[in-house]
Amino acid sequence: MTFQHYRQEVLALTMRWVRRLSREKFSMLFTLVQPMLFWLIFFGSLFQKAANIQILQAPNYMSFLAGGVVVMTVLNNGLAGGVDLLFDKENGFLERLMSTPIHRSSVILSRYLFVMAITGMQILVILSIAFVFGVRLETGLPGIAVILAIGMLFGVGLTAISMGLAFSVKSHGDFFSMLGFLSLPMIFLSSALVPLSAMPGWMQVVAMVNPMTWVIDAVRPLIITGWNAAIPQVGMAFVILAIFDAVCLYGGAKAFRRAIG
Amino acid sequence: MDPAVVIDVARLGKTFGPVTAVEDLSFTVRAGEIFGLLGPNGAGKSTTLRMLITVLPPSTGTATVLGHDIVTEADTVRSLIGYVPQERAVDRFLTGREHLELLGGLYHLSRTETNARIDELLKLVNLEEHADRVAKTYSGGMKRKLDIACGLLPNPKIVFLDEPTLGLDVQSRLKIWDYIRQLRENGITIVMTTNYLEEADQLCDRLAIIDGGTIRVIGSPLELKTGLGGDSLSVTIKEHEAEKLPRLREGVMALPLVRDVRLNPTGLDILVESPEKSLPAVIEVAQRLDCGLDGIEYHRPRLDDVFVAHTGHGLRGGTPDTAEEE
Ligand SMILES: Nc1ncnc2c1ncn2[C@@H]1O[C@H](COP(=O)(O)OP(=O)(O)OP(=O)(O)O)[C@@H](O)[C@H]1O
Ligand SMILES: [Mg+2]
Repeated sequence: MTFQHYRQEVLALTMRWVRRLSREKFSMLFTLVQPMLFWLIFFGSLFQKAANIQILQAPNYMSFLAGGVVVMTVLNNGLAGGVDLLFDKENGFLERLMSTPIHRSSVILSRYLFVMAITGMQILVILSIAFVFGVRLETGLPGIAVILAIGMLFGVGLTAISMGLAFSVKSHGDFFSMLGFLSLPMIFLSSALVPLSAMPGWMQVVAMVNPMTWVIDAVRPLIITGWNAAIPQVGMAFVILAIFDAVCLYGGAKAFRRAIG
Repeated sequence: MDPAVVIDVARLGKTFGPVTAVEDLSFTVRAGEIFGLLGPNGAGKSTTLRMLITVLPPSTGTATVLGHDIVTEADTVRSLIGYVPQERAVDRFLTGREHLELLGGLYHLSRTETNARIDELLKLVNLEEHADRVAKTYSGGMKRKLDIACGLLPNPKIVFLDEPTLGLDVQSRLKIWDYIRQLRENGITIVMTTNYLEEADQLCDRLAIIDGGTIRVIGSPLELKTGLGGDSLSVTIKEHEAEKLPRLREGVMALPLVRDVRLNPTGLDILVESPEKSLPAVIEVAQRLDCGLDGIEYHRPRLDDVFVAHTGHGLRGGTPDTAEEE
C-alpha cells in the first residue's frame, strides 16, 4: 500500500461520483439547489413583513435567513451523503469495489471529497444569490472562508451519520425514514428559522443541545453583525463541531467496520 | 503443498446470526481447471464465493488462494483474482468504458495499461460498439458481458464467477460458455457457481454439489455419473411370457459385459459396461430362450440423477431464473 496507490484509488472513485452527477444534472439542480433557494427567496420575502426586526436583530429577514439556509444546505447534503453508498451496498456494486485491492477507506474518502466540494459550491451559490437580493456580508470575503470552514466541519459529522446509517440499515426504506426523523427536528428545533429568544423555554433547551444551533449562531453574525460579535461564536462552534465530528466519525467507522469486515 | 493446487479450502463455515449458510466445506481447486459449485437457491454458493474473494470473513475454518490466506493476506488475494458477482452490479450512470477505467484505477494499473486492457476486453465480449453508452441503456445480456469484462480487467490468475449465465437466453449463454473456455485455454483458473445442471455438465472440469450449506460430493461430471453405476438397459418382456423372466435373467447374467441384473414388474434392469456391445448380446439371449420382448430402453445417467442420488431431491421445483429475494 503506497501513497501513489491510495491517491489513484481515491481519484478514480471520486471521478465516478463526478461522472454520475454530470449525468444527473437535472436531479442535481432540483433536489439540491432549488429547495434552498426556495426557502431563501420565498420565505425571505413572505415573512419580511411578519418578522420583527427587533427580535431578529438583522437588517431584514432575508439576511437573517441566509445563514440558516446555508446551514440547512450543509445539513441536507451531509445527511444525503450516504445515499449513493446505500444503493451501492444494495445492488452489489460496493461488493465489487471491496473485492479489489483498495484500502477500505478510499471509498469513504472519495465520498467525502465529493460531498464537501458540492457543499462548498452550493454555499457560494446561496451567498451569491443572497447578495443579488441585497444581503451584504459584514465580514466580507474572509467571512465567506470561515463560513465554508464551519460548513465543512459540520458536513463531516453529518456525512458520517449518513454513511453509518447506510451501512447499518436493513433496507433503504429504513434509511429514508430515519433521515426524515433526524432532519426535520434538527431544522425546526434550531435557530435556523427563528432566533432562540423567540422560542418557548423547552424549545430553547432542546435547541441548545442541537449542534445545528451553534453552527447557525456562528454563521449568522458573520453575515449580519461583523467580526466582534462573530469571533466568540465561531470559536464556540469549532469546539462543539470537534466533539460532534469525533462522535459521528467514531460511530460511522464502527458501522463501516461491522458491514465491511 | 501441491503446486497444482491454487485454492485450498479447509473446513470453511459461515453463520449469519442463527442461520448457518455453509458448514464444514473442504475442497481444492487445481490450476487451469473450471471448478463448479452446483446447488439450488440458498445452498450457500454465493456465500462460499464471497469468503474466497475476501469480502466476507469466514466464521470457521480457513482457505488459501494461490497460497495466501483469505483473512490475513486478504489484500494480496484481492490483487490476484477477478470477481464477477451474481447481481448485475453495474452503475447505471456510467458507460461501459468508464466502469473499466474505474477498475483500472482500483487495481492500480497505469493509464496505458488500462486502455490496452479495455480494448482487448471490449473485443472479447463484443461490447465495442456500446462501450460509450451509459449502462442503464444496456440489455441484461450486455450488462452481464460488462460484468465479465470487469472481472477480467486485472488480468487475474483466478476468476470467480457467480452464476454467470443466470437469466440469459440460450445464445448469450453459449457465448459466455465460449468466453469461459477461452479463459481456460489462456491458463486462467475458473471457479464458478451455477444452478443449471447442463452448464455444470458441459462446462466444468470438476464440480462440487452443494446443498443445504454442505458439500455432498465432488468429482468430474463423468466420474459422478459413472459413480452412479454407469449405463443401463431396461428390457420389457411381453406380458404372456412373464414366466420366462427368471430364465432370461440367468442368461443375461452370464454375459461378460453385464455387471448386475435386477427384476422389475415388467422386465429387467441391466447394468452394463458398454451399451453398444451388450445390446445385441441381450437380444441374442432373448431369442435363444424364445422370449418375446416388448421393448428395450437404453439409459445413461445424467447429472440430474447424480444430484438426486446425493441430495435426495431434484435441483429445482420452480423456474430457474427467479432467484430468491432477501
Ligand atoms: N448477509 C446474510 N445475512 C443472513 N443470511 C444470509 C446472508 N447471506 C446469505 N444468507 C443465507 O445463507 C444461505 C445461503 O445463501 P447464498 O446466497 O450463499 O445461497 P446461493 O447458493 O448463492 O443461492 P442462489 O442460487 O439463490 O444465489 C441462505 O439461507 C441465505 O438466506
Ligand atoms: Mg448466489
